[in-house]
Amino acid sequence: MIKSIKTWILVGFTSLLLVACGQGGSGSGSKKSKTLDNTKKAGFVKCGVSQGLPGFSNADASGNWSGIDVDVCRAVAAAVLGDADKVKYTPLSAAERFTALTSGEIDVLARNTTWTLSRDADIGLTFVGVNFYDGQGFMVRKNSGINSVNDFKDGISACTNTGTTTELNMRDFFNSKNIKYEPIAFEKADEVVQAYDAGRCDTYTTDKSGLAAQRTKLSAPDDHKVLPETISKEPLGPVVRQGDSVWEDIVRWSLNTMIEAEEYGVNSSNASSLKDSDNPAIKRLVGAEGELGAAFGLDNDWSLRIIEQVGNYGESYKKHIADTGILPNRGPNELWTKGGILYVPPAR
Amino acid sequence: MNLKKLSIENKKIRNLIPQALTILALLSVIFYFATNAQINMGNRGISFGFGFLSQEASFDIAFSLIEFDGSYSYGRAFLVGLLNTILVSIIGIFLATILGVIVGVARLSNNYLIAKTAEWYVEIFRNIPLILQIFFWYFAALRALPSPENAINFYDVSYLTIKGWYIPKFVWINFDIFCYSLILAFISIYFLNRYTKKQREEFGKILPTFTLSLGILISIPLLSFLLLGVSLSFDYPELKQLSETSYTYENGVSIIPELIALALALSMYTATFIAENVRAGVMGVGKGQKEAAASIGLNKGQILKLVVMPQALRIIIPPTTNQYLNLTKNSSLAAAIAYPDMVLVFAKTALMQTGRAIEIISITMLTYLSLSISISILMNWYNKKMAIKEK
Repeated sequence: MIKSIKTWILVGFTSLLLVACGQGGSGSGSKKSKTLDNTKKAGFVKCGVSQGLPGFSNADASGNWSGIDVDVCRAVAAAVLGDADKVKYTPLSAAERFTALTSGEIDVLARNTTWTLSRDADIGLTFVGVNFYDGQGFMVRKNSGINSVNDFKDGISACTNTGTTTELNMRDFFNSKNIKYEPIAFEKADEVVQAYDAGRCDTYTTDKSGLAAQRTKLSAPDDHKVLPETISKEPLGPVVRQGDSVWEDIVRWSLNTMIEAEEYGVNSSNASSLKDSDNPAIKRLVGAEGELGAAFGLDNDWSLRIIEQVGNYGESYKKHIADTGILPNRGPNELWTKGGILYVPPAR
Repeated sequence: MNLKKLSIENKKIRNLIPQALTILALLSVIFYFATNAQINMGNRGISFGFGFLSQEASFDIAFSLIEFDGSYSYGRAFLVGLLNTILVSIIGIFLATILGVIVGVARLSNNYLIAKTAEWYVEIFRNIPLILQIFFWYFAALRALPSPENAINFYDVSYLTIKGWYIPKFVWINFDIFCYSLILAFISIYFLNRYTKKQREEFGKILPTFTLSLGILISIPLLSFLLLGVSLSFDYPELKQLSETSYTYENGVSIIPELIALALALSMYTATFIAENVRAGVMGVGKGQKEAAASIGLNKGQILKLVVMPQALRIIIPPTTNQYLNLTKNSSLAAAIAYPDMVLVFAKTALMQTGRAIEIISITMLTYLSLSISISILMNWYNKKMAIKEK
């Protein structure tokens, strides 16, 4: 008798406690710059990157990440924390990336992610800009005699990644050409490369920069080529969670600063000496004029730190994409003043 | 007694209260998680709903048992994934059972070589992680297969290549009539078995049941071919050139290598556990049982069929049910090698395209739960059937 009363008192108490905890734990609203506060408290920027895409985000043997996507995170860390190395990288598959961001595991997603309407509007994400203009292409074996997508025939098998816009573009493309195809979609890029290399598929399709980068992983890279056609627009850019507009602005302007710096000829080696430049735009960039950082709650040297520690966009591109032989030609990723489409709003 | 009905002195009521409180606690936990998720989703501007299931999927799936292309809905894509999961599970369970029984019996063999080989097989395959075995079959074993133009040729009917196993396509006319004839055949066999059992038990007459059953199974569908206009022809796979150096087969049916690798890995792995169950079951039957059976003049086959197996099965079935459940759940590793199962198609691709993580993961979890429970129910029913019947 006494024992059983004890039991239900215990159970009742536990349940009350759980309900009470429930009330306390929920309702964590989004204050204006919660992400910024948390980042400063943690002392590092939580950045989601790919599981290894040379040129964009790739880790070397000792675990150091580099690439133009990585540089976006480094720029944010330089601006917010004063040290570009204070970044914690989380490698994510295509399928995991958005959940990791919306759940708060990462605060910036810089993982060659295509900006589309549904992603921007529907799933609690905000794209802050474009750091690489890409387009989807096809890679085939050189000896196949296929020189254009018009040589594709019914029954062709195409390897790609699952959970990407690539899968959707591929369908649109083959449907418009009225070609029956076999889509083989792997979760990880490394498995796609292996399967294509083994001859499981006749073509490998993904963003052209990705094709160029992955080609280096094939057993005989020179036996393969990328077809000239581009079948889609793939503006790749960093993403943040919806609802923290201050953080969103910090990431957006960290990227914009890198591009703007290139436009005005400010780079990592000359930035500090340009503090007394005659051009007010340059002076603003290196923090010698105006109070631009205050708008995000940062000091005035935030942009100078980005340029000094990470470099401008051109330096980043040259180091990671051009000099590594992935895409020596900048194509659309050239400044608007030089015939490309990189054009950012003025920092003033 | 009546006075005590609604008081705490009543033992029944006293026992009810902790149970009610436990349920309340459980419900409040669920409620807490649900509201927490709702509030957080609200904060992040994510809506909740299952409307996406009827939206156009707009991605294609390489292998599907029902008609599918990107113009169908996400709901249909889910169904394709579910059927593919069920398919690989059934194939896996079937192969694992056969292989498991063979290896299990082989382990008990008096032949040293056979027993040792079986033992080595069990020890190797059950001690390597399944995901590595899947990669092994897919990237190492199947990589050795030739390209389509040099295919391994089975009598010009079927071809095994790195792109898949191409088999003839069945082209039926009046397939439904054929199905009915099969059903009719099975019903006849059921009644035949009842009849022969009665004959055996009441009059001691032993009829050749197996031969008669086989006769019915062949003759009734055969009659449907001859009299009712059922016909079957085959579309054989034909080599087709895609480009100067690459080929494929068309017209036949392609069994994709992802399915072959996954089914092989799952069944080879699970068979080791089933083999151990079988060994335990057979060893669990007392030696005296076999000797007693032999002493009343049963031959070896009869001893196995009538005395050893019925008792061994009671030991074998419950742990084997667990293995069937494991195999089904392990099939979710398919995503690693691009076999379009429920996880790859729905919990990964569809989740990615729609961003509906909570909805899709709940649906997937519930589906696996229902699948597993169905297998459990089926196996428990079989277990009951095999259990000792007290008379």
